[in-house]
Amino acid sequence: MGWHLECVARAIGRAGRTAETQGMAERSIRDVPRPVIGLLLVALGAQIGWHGLRPGPQAGAQALPEPPSIEALRVAALGDPWVTAKVLMLWLQAFDNQPGISIPFRDLDYARVEGWLARILELDPRAQYPLLAASRVYGAVSVEEKQRRMLDFVYRQFRLDPDRRWRWMAYAAIAAKHRLRDLPLALEYARAITEHATGPEVPNWARHMSVVVLEDMGELEAATILIYQLLDSGVVTDPHEVRFLTLKLEELRAGMEAAR
Amino acid sequence: MWSAMRSRPVAVIAAYTLLEGMRNRLAWLVLGIIVAVFGLSEFIAEVAITETVEFQSAFLGATLRGFSVFMVSLFVITSMVRELNDKGLDLVLSLPIPRASYFLGKLLGFSFLSAATALLCSLLLLLYVPPEQVLIWGISLACELLIVTAFSLLCLFTFSHVTLALSVVMAFYVLARTISALQLIGGGPLIEGTSLSQQVINAFMASLAFVLPELHNFTVSEWLVYHTGQWGALLAIIGQSAIYVLLLCGAALFDLYRKSL
Repeated sequence: MGWHLECVARAIGRAGRTAETQGMAERSIRDVPRPVIGLLLVALGAQIGWHGLRPGPQAGAQALPEPPSIEALRVAALGDPWVTAKVLMLWLQAFDNQPGISIPFRDLDYARVEGWLARILELDPRAQYPLLAASRVYGAVSVEEKQRRMLDFVYRQFRLDPDRRWRWMAYAAIAAKHRLRDLPLALEYARAITEHATGPEVPNWARHMSVVVLEDMGELEAATILIYQLLDSGVVTDPHEVRFLTLKLEELRAGMEAAR
Repeated sequence: MWSAMRSRPVAVIAAYTLLEGMRNRLAWLVLGIIVAVFGLSEFIAEVAITETVEFQSAFLGATLRGFSVFMVSLFVITSMVRELNDKGLDLVLSLPIPRASYFLGKLLGFSFLSAATALLCSLLLLLYVPPEQVLIWGISLACELLIVTAFSLLCLFTFSHVTLALSVVMAFYVLARTISALQLIGGGPLIEGTSLSQQVINAFMASLAFVLPELHNFTVSEWLVYHTGQWGALLAIIGQSAIYVLLLCGAALFDLYRKSL
């Protein structure tokens, strides 16, 4: 049996050795006609000279293109939108670093940035990356209008899936309060968390942000009412959370008494 | 045939190479792919909300270019390997004709097939793009395919193996198309350019660029989408193609003359 197998293996080996695998024997370089060697050297010199004389590659900043429709992206994804979303996110994030040149984020067209982020979220709705990029990367530029645009984008996307996207809304509320110093906007964002992010995974501190913002704004009565609403709604069931809110309520009442 | 072979060997070999291409139903394959790509482009037009023609032109141009390069290199390599295996090369070289005539005949025949492929691809683009831009794009594609053809012949003479030759051709093509971008990335602000390793890599890339054709300037999709093609750009492409094909011919002939029958 072993002998037969060896014979078959040898036969296969012989059959596989065609001219393709054998190649041809080589003659000496002296057998190559001189005009052929001359042609090779002249052409090599011409190619090197051509490349040397031509202008080198120039780095040129390219504008961010308009995002394609979601339908076109789904076709291009070939049935795998999640990978496409990831690749697009990395491409968008790296767009400021084009070959040989670096573009500041603030110089990007934010309408297009927003369009791309929205498309990526449409391709992969569970992705957190686009919201992180919007709130902490593109929203951290020094142009207030662009900051507001990104925070607004986060707010609109939060409304589509509050329980999963609450943390970016919380970051937006903090950014509105501390970076933009726009307390009404911070309150709007914080209230959105309180009202819409009601899932069990949303932590207490996020739900109570609106109380803190109201307190900062001096709206002690409104903060008190909000705490009453929270306690009465039945959403707050954790004893520690109830205790925290009760203490906060007493603190606010004391503050209101002192103000009178 | 033999008397014609003795008097006009280049023309005869070129004619038979062309005949082989036609008998292999290469034209039918090209037409089939063109029809399929056309159907896909129409589908893309249905899903694109705006810039429909631009989407179609870009998709068609890029797909047809990639397909042409792959098909031409595959055809040249497999055809030549078959000739090696069937001892057709041995037979032709045993005749009293110079090896250079055999090589030039083959190159001429394959170049006609490449030009025909470029023509067929360009005809489809006429549906969406102005004729002048299609003409510039088509001539550029023919030049690109000519370089790929000559490089495929050189690789086959050097490696005599389909997988190896095709892999090298594809690697050459990708590198020639991306070398300028790689150079820019190497010299960009993100890379620490003062380290020795980076300087060595940059120097290597720069020297590699000297012996690669500037394919990134060839068959640019922007011409089809935004109609920015200029005849002046075509002059540089033709000049580069002429020099590079000459270089590849020199290298391939050098290899061919060293082969021992």
